[in-house]
Amino acid sequence: MFKKFLWLEWKAFTRSSAFGTNLALKILMGLAALYFIAVFLGLGVGVYFIIDEELHQDPLVVVNKFMVYYFAFDLLIRVMMQKLPVINIRPLLNLPVKRSTIVNFAMAKTFASFFTIMHAFSFIPFSIVLLSHGYDPVGVLLWWVAMWAMIYCNNLINILINNKSWLFITVMALMAAFAISQYYSVFDVTLITGVYYQYLFSTYYMALIPLAVLAGLWVFTHKFLTKHLYLDTGLKGKHEIAQTQDFTWLNRFGNMGTFLKNDIKLLLRNKRSKTTLIMSVLFIFYGLLFYTGGIEIYDNQPMKVFASIFVTGGFLLTFGQFVPSWDSAYYQLMMSQNIQYREYIASKWWLMVIGTIVTTALASFYLYFGFEIYLMIIAGAVFNIGVNSLLVLLGGAFIKTPIDLSSSKQAFGDKNAFNVKTFIISLPKMLVPIALFVIGNYIKGPLLGYGLIAGTGLLGLVFRNAAFKAIERIYKSQKYSTIAAYKEKN
Amino acid sequence: MIEVTNLRKTYNGNTVLNIEHLKINKGESFGLVGNNGAGKTTLFSLLLDLIEPTTGEVKIKEIQVNKSEAWKPLVAAFLDETFLIGYLTPEEYFYFIGELRNQNKATVDALLRKHEDFFNGEILNNKKYLRDLSKGNQKKVGIIATLIGNPEIIILDEPFANLDPTTQFRLKKIITDLAESGDVTILVSSHDLAHTTEVSNRIVAMHKGQVVKDIQTSAETLTELEEFFAV
Repeated sequence: MFKKFLWLEWKAFTRSSAFGTNLALKILMGLAALYFIAVFLGLGVGVYFIIDEELHQDPLVVVNKFMVYYFAFDLLIRVMMQKLPVINIRPLLNLPVKRSTIVNFAMAKTFASFFTIMHAFSFIPFSIVLLSHGYDPVGVLLWWVAMWAMIYCNNLINILINNKSWLFITVMALMAAFAISQYYSVFDVTLITGVYYQYLFSTYYMALIPLAVLAGLWVFTHKFLTKHLYLDTGLKGKHEIAQTQDFTWLNRFGNMGTFLKNDIKLLLRNKRSKTTLIMSVLFIFYGLLFYTGGIEIYDNQPMKVFASIFVTGGFLLTFGQFVPSWDSAYYQLMMSQNIQYREYIASKWWLMVIGTIVTTALASFYLYFGFEIYLMIIAGAVFNIGVNSLLVLLGGAFIKTPIDLSSSKQAFGDKNAFNVKTFIISLPKMLVPIALFVIGNYIKGPLLGYGLIAGTGLLGLVFRNAAFKAIERIYKSQKYSTIAAYKEKN
Repeated sequence: MIEVTNLRKTYNGNTVLNIEHLKINKGESFGLVGNNGAGKTTLFSLLLDLIEPTTGEVKIKEIQVNKSEAWKPLVAAFLDETFLIGYLTPEEYFYFIGELRNQNKATVDALLRKHEDFFNGEILNNKKYLRDLSKGNQKKVGIIATLIGNPEIIILDEPFANLDPTTQFRLKKIITDLAESGDVTILVSSHDLAHTTEVSNRIVAMHKGQVVKDIQTSAETLTELEEFFAV
């Protein structure tokens, strides 16, 4: 039976949308995977020598000391990112397969997930380095087995505490409290846990504890899942309690207000768009890399101008590039309603403008780095509003990737989202302001540079209506192919 | 009201729809029946200008649908759940459609009150987003939304599928009431011959993209259709 299940998994894997991407993107994804493997390998091998040379302590003792935080962090990542394979179970329920077999397979499957395998790349090389430096082979083997058992334990704990956020928050708060009290030398939890992890290596019987815990957890999780293997309990999707919201204050914008209301709900009520909002907040802090002067190659004026576009434009760039794909799920409805493209585009534009103004206000903490830095940011904001907002709308009109609002994954890289037209349109978003600054700076000084950037932004506002018309034309000419593309589910 | 001339839709050399001429008059209650792949949804999509005709044209009130958009205020349609906005509550969805059709909140509320029994207490004030409603309840929302703003033409694709028996009766009443008023042209497609003959005064049967029967409903219509489809 497991063989049949594995066959299903293999089909699901090879036919997943990630494999349907074009070659260039596949290579890029492969490189990213290699990068992470290299980082973990480097961590595994490097950590021994760094501790040995810098701290002159026994590396294994130091690693064991902090291992408790490593596992806490692992759990944090798992709870936030690792998805449980509930959906794939549904079609198996009414087939002549034992429930117990299904549960065993579902649990075993999580053991082979990326979040588990990843650790092999750091633990295996570290163990090899330990062996090559004359550590007791049996001890190392037992330590390794114990670590692996605990990673599996984390995996099962994640299944159990899924949807019990209060438990998770309590555990994490406790860990944070431990870390803080250790930092201020109030209470050092690693004095206790470090000894435990060290004993896994130094005694031959301690490794039995994590193995026993793992076995216990397996039985418990198995029982838990079997009990919840019903459509109305464990296999049910989460339903949020919906609240009808009116946003009547937006009514004054007429038809455009109708779309604005809808877009605000879109942003607040879907996983995918929430990810976009979080990313745009993160972009605000992107400037810290540049303005603090901490990184040498970033510590020059053109690079800082580059950063100022991102600081205020995070929302504009991440949201705007997928207009109109945000409405892909119900695009047929939009196309059969009495909708003026102009109002539709204008409402998206206003949303981006509001987003940019809000982020500019939030970014006012950069005043700490001097008035000139903030002046640069404001110039970037004006350029974003005037020029970039139109460029992203123009680029988005060529993207015909349906967006699955309920999935947050896509946000980090869409198939098809990368195409040559969009790429060419997006180049000027960053290059033009840098060029303008360099020109202004060369003629008179940085202030003229900022002036040129902001001035071009204002010029963009003047040509806004012409740009809207051009975008409208694209929407109209692409109407049928867009509808057809959105109908294909990924 | 609606006129179709030499309409043909071809995918990769495979003709899925070919209608020489079809005229639907004002106030007609038009039933479209046919097996899977007969071209019912294709025809409706072409009427709504959601797909491009390979040749031929569709005119609604003398307006060619793929040339001008002036027909849009006259037509309301519900083809499938992609006409719903999943992250809205039913109320928000109705108001959204209402605003697009220049109806104020009070008018929409009045319409919803009128169809309260159709919703059977499962739609309004239920603290659920449309995406979390059952298929049948989603359909109820979509159907009632087409009534907002008194459109002259209403297009419903498979409205009876997924509905419970009581709601099917109520839907039939809604459709026949609208048809009796004579102002509204209703286009309904279905697999169910009995339902269609009950609500429509004209029935067109399609097969492999072509119109094979075009009859005014009479007492014998159901038997005639059943004989035709019983192979």
